Order: sequence, then structure tokens, then C-alpha cells
Amino acid sequence: MDVISAALPYLLEGLKVTLYIFVIAIILGFLIGLVVALLRLAPIKPLNWIAIAFIDAIRGTPFLVQLFFIYFGLNSLPFISLNSTTAGIVTVAINAGAYFAEIIRAGIQSIDKGQTEAARSLGLTGFQNMYYIVLPQAFRRMLPTITNQSIISLKDTSLLSVIGIADLTQQGEIQASATFEAFKIWLIVGIIYFIIIYLLTLLANVLERRFVLR
Amino acid sequence: MSIISVKNLKKSFGSNEVLKNINAEIKEREVVCVIGPSGSGKSTFLRCLNRLEEITGGHVMIDGKDITDPKININEVRQEVGMVFQQFNLFPHKTVLENITLAPIKVRSASKEEAREKAHELLKKVGLSEKAESYPGELSGGQKQRVAIARALAMNPKIMLFDEPTSALDPEMVGDVLEVMKQLAKEGMTMVVVTHEMGFAREVGDRVIFMDGGYIVEENEPNALFGNPQNERTKLFLSKVL
Ligand SMILES: Nc1ncnc2c1ncn2[C@@H]1O[C@H](COP(=O)(O)OP(=O)(O)OP(=O)(O)O)[C@@H](O)[C@H]1O
Ligand SMILES: [Mg+2]
Repeated sequence: MDVISAALPYLLEGLKVTLYIFVIAIILGFLIGLVVALLRLAPIKPLNWIAIAFIDAIRGTPFLVQLFFIYFGLNSLPFISLNSTTAGIVTVAINAGAYFAEIIRAGIQSIDKGQTEAARSLGLTGFQNMYYIVLPQAFRRMLPTITNQSIISLKDTSLLSVIGIADLTQQGEIQASATFEAFKIWLIVGIIYFIIIYLLTLLANVLERRFVLR
Repeated sequence: MSIISVKNLKKSFGSNEVLKNINAEIKEREVVCVIGPSGSGKSTFLRCLNRLEEITGGHVMIDGKDITDPKININEVRQEVGMVFQQFNLFPHKTVLENITLAPIKVRSASKEEAREKAHELLKKVGLSEKAESYPGELSGGQKQRVAIARALAMNPKIMLFDEPTSALDPEMVGDVLEVMKQLAKEGMTMVVVTHEMGFAREVGDRVIFMDGGYIVEENEPNALFGNPQNERTKLFLSKVL
């Protein structure tokens, strides 16, 4: 018990870092996903190609490689210097963004074309149609998949410890080697991740119920 | 002076030419019904009138504006042309009232109060005053279609287009919707109605257009067209549906 109470404050410090990175990255990732999805669906071929290239590049490479490319690769270029936290946030955001883009594209395409036709026939612009009619309906449908991807991204943040970010996993490593109590420490770290993900799922369920499709 | 003027209208989907050479003039306050066999191009013709379908060739003038002109602001033209769909296409995430007020507020920049007042007026007109706060999912088909009509009317359009507005309805719901349309015709709305309701065409239509194979085969005032069709294809079609 002593081990745990001594280690817990450090682990919670790490949790703060994890959550900080996760929240910023997931918001950025969502915006990236939205923009890329709209590019993917735009009636302009070159924009589609850019979107497809981005999505394929991210989906076709491992997260760690993306992280190393951004942190070590980009940082080796002149005039670029990213600290580890920024590199971590950027990597998680871009990675989630590619997956979100596909989720949002599928969500938009799942909305009946009649909705767009009705909106446009009333004189709404293409943008107004997206904003008021298509996206609100699409988001409700996408919520479960968005939650899923968010959970995956949260778990991905644990890989950021390899570039020296003091997140929950990194704090776990430090505490495990300092205390020689690997079993207890990693069990606790696991439980903390589990609780956070469980809360995330609860939040998603609440949102889903509030936005129940009529 | 026609409010709708269609000249040599052509429409293809890929290599499939669906409208071959359509010419039509529709005057203000006129009610024109479009009939014809399935696949003859009725819906496509209607949807070219507000450019919901991209027009392949020819010209469509709406209230003096050529909507085939790429420089035209089509959103402005569409504000004057209401459309009612077979499948209603109400916005399921918005209440009846929000469905009706959305476009006036966002497109016509009406104030919320103005738009709501007008919406309540229109709901009364279509007999659905008590449904303002309902969601579309809570309405019957006939009620949905009447809301859809109110939604289109909220923009104060000069023209109303109807694409088989009663075809998706249970028979007992059809009457209510047709009643609303009759009322609208009586008030002098310019209407183009694609329909299988021959009774409606005969009673309310000023003119009936018969389409087949992408052409307007015959047009006439209803009694003449139904009573004394000239073209063989019209005769054949009418013998099946009447
Ligand atoms: N979006 C589209 N893409 C390809 N072909 C289409 C499209 N819309 C319609 N068509 C074709 O155009 C032809 C005319 O269709 P349209 O819907 O205008 O017929 P209609 O007279 O309204 O028939 P119905 O009475 O069944 O509604 C049909 O052969 C149809 O398959
Ligand atoms: Mg049709």
C-alpha cells in the first residue's frame, strides 16, 4: 500500500500530461478530420487527391514511425524546432485526423441525398446545407465511431513516452524502476487508463442519448 | 408573358439522354400537371426547373432569368421556386417549426419572430397548428407532406414544383394533401405538378402535359386531353391509368 500511495502523486502528474495532450490533440484531430473529409468530398479532383494521399499515408504507416518522423525527422531540418510535447500533440492530432476524416466522410455520405436536395431547393448554399442540415445529422450517426477512435488515440498517447514526454506511461516506468514494484505500479497504471476510458465511454453514451435520432 | 419558359431542354445522364427536346411555356397562376409512364423523364424535367439536375442543353427561364447561365446566382432563383418531394425530405433533427423557419431566417434574413409568426400561419393553413413542436418522426406521411408544403411556402415562392407529392402516402392521407394543393391553386399559385392523380389533374389542372420517352408528346387542357387524346401513346397510357 505504501508503494502505491507514494507513487500515486507522480502517476497523477503523468495523467494530467496525458489528458492535456489528449484533449488538445483530439480537438485538433477532429478539425483536421473535418477539413480533410470536406476536401475528400469536394467536387474538385486535385483536392480529393490531396485528401486521399494524406489519409493513405497516415493509415499506411505505424504511429511510432509518424512520431519519430515528426519529432526527429522534422526537427533535423533547419528552422524547425518542435519540443517533445508539441511533436506529441501534432502526431496524435494528425493520426487521429486521418481516421476522423474517413469517419466523417462516411457519415456525410450516409445522409440521404434528399436532405441536401430539400435544403438547396429552399435556396440554402452548399455551405449552409452542410452546416445546418448534413453535418448535425451525420455527427449523431458518427458518435459511436468517433468515441472509438478517441479511445484508440488516448491509448496511442502512451507511446509518446518514448520521446521523453512525462505522461502516465512514462511516470509508470519511472516509478516501476524506482520502487522495484513493477507488478503493482503497472497494475495501477492500467487501472487509471481503464477508468479514464470508461468515463469517456460514459460521456459518449450521455451525448448519444441527448442527441437521439428522431 | 411566361413565368417559366423552357426552350430545347436536353438532359443526359452519361450517354443516356433522358430529356430529348423539351419546350414549354407556363404562365403565372397556371397549374400544369405532368403525367406519363414511369421513366419518361417527368421528375427530371421538374428538377431541371430549379437546376437540381445539371442541364445538358437548351435554356430554362424562370421569371425572366436564364438559369442555364453559369453566372446566375441559382440560390436566389431557388428562393422563388418551392419544391415538394415524393419522400417529403423533412429535416429529421429539427422540429416542424424549425423546418419551416430555417430557410426564411438563414436565406431571407427574416427575424426569428417574423419567421415563427409566418410559420404558425402556414401550419394553420395546412391544418397542423398543434404540431409545431413535434419532430418529423412523430408525424404521419400525410402530415409530413403538409409540413413540407408549408416549409416551401414559407419562402414566399412565386412557383411551386411538386414531384408526385401523394405517391408515398397511404390512401387515406392523400385527400388532405390534395386539399391543401387545391387551396393553393385557388389562391393563384403557379404550380407544376408531376402526378398519378388523374382526378386532381382533371379537376385542378389548367393544362396537362403528357410525357413519354423524354418528349412532351401531347399537351392540352384536362378535359380535352383526357376526353379526346390525339396521340396514340397518350391513348395507350390513359387506357391503362383511367
Ligand atoms: N441520377 C440519375 N442518374 C442516372 N439516370 C437517371 C438519374 N435520374 C433519372 N435517371 C434516368 O432517367 C430516366 C427518367 O427518370 P425520371 O425519374 O425523370 O422518370 P419519371 O418520369 O419521373 O419516372 P417515375 O414515374 O418512375 O418517377 C430514367 O430512365 C432513369 O433511370
Ligand atoms: Mg419521378
